[in-house]
Amino acid sequence: MITRLCLVLFGALLSLLLSAGPALAQPPQQNEFVPINTLPPSDQLPSAPLLVAAYAFVWLATMFYLWTIWRRLGKVEAEIHALERRGGAGVHR
Amino acid sequence: MRRAFVPLLAIATAMFMYAPILIANAPYESTMGLVQKIFYFHVPSWFAMFTAVFVCGVESAIFLFRKKPSADRIAAAAGEVAVLFGLMGLVTGPLWGRKSWGVWWPWDARVTIALLVELTFVGYLLVRKFGGPGADKLAAAMAIFGMFNVPFLYVSVDIWRTIHPKTTVVPTLPGGMPGPFWFSVAAFLLLCALLMTARAHLEHQRAALDALYLEEE
Repeated sequence: MITRLCLVLFGALLSLLLSAGPALAQPPQQNEFVPINTLPPSDQLPSAPLLVAAYAFVWLATMFYLWTIWRRLGKVEAEIHALERRGGAGVHR
Repeated sequence: MRRAFVPLLAIATAMFMYAPILIANAPYESTMGLVQKIFYFHVPSWFAMFTAVFVCGVESAIFLFRKKPSADRIAAAAGEVAVLFGLMGLVTGPLWGRKSWGVWWPWDARVTIALLVELTFVGYLLVRKFGGPGADKLAAAMAIFGMFNVPFLYVSVDIWRTIHPKTTVVPTLPGGMPGPFWFSVAAFLLLCALLMTARAHLEHQRAALDALYLEEE
């Protein structure tokens, strides 16, 4: 029973492979330069998202870096003021 | 410089907002088309990185040989800014390369040396942060080493056979392209100077804080 089932499955798989064979075959290897505009649309990358991503990254990186400087500076200056207040109170005492 | 900082930052912001309009009106490059316009941010980001690297290297040399702590603080600021602009170059480059070359990263001489210079300055920052006593001198030596790698990075495309465009591209830009390009370079260099100033101010304030703590002890 199991042998018969295996034979049926093997036969089905073989017929599927034979019918889909040409579609599964590798395309011929490219050995010369092909201009990008002659490629099929599925192989062409759109330029606009890459361009927008590049410009957006520059803006975001700059904003983020400025924000980190501002935050670190705020912390240091707050500490300086706290120390100066403490020093001032010590002098008055 | 402190009083001029905010107006100059406003000018830099306005330049960065106007740059895309200029770039959109620039002529299309014949083979790459729209994606070539990444060039107007990619190359200026490397110009800014090189500027920050040279400031970092020269100030590090002044710190090492003349023992000026203020030079070390400027070097620390420039080192961080160099990493920022290097990161911009390393991100915008592959976005352009993926479309033009078909790969994100070709591992040729130019991009590999660019990555090494970036990593040298990331190492510089890590040594400064975690190196313990004497790390400032070790980091200064690293910065000088990193600075001397920049000329190799620049001429790498002319010495080795690489997929990356050569150094002759900028001097031979066709009509309509030099204007937006040099405008972007000016915007990036102004931004670089402003970021280095702001970051150096942070280092000076940290030094003032350390002095206050010492005074208190």
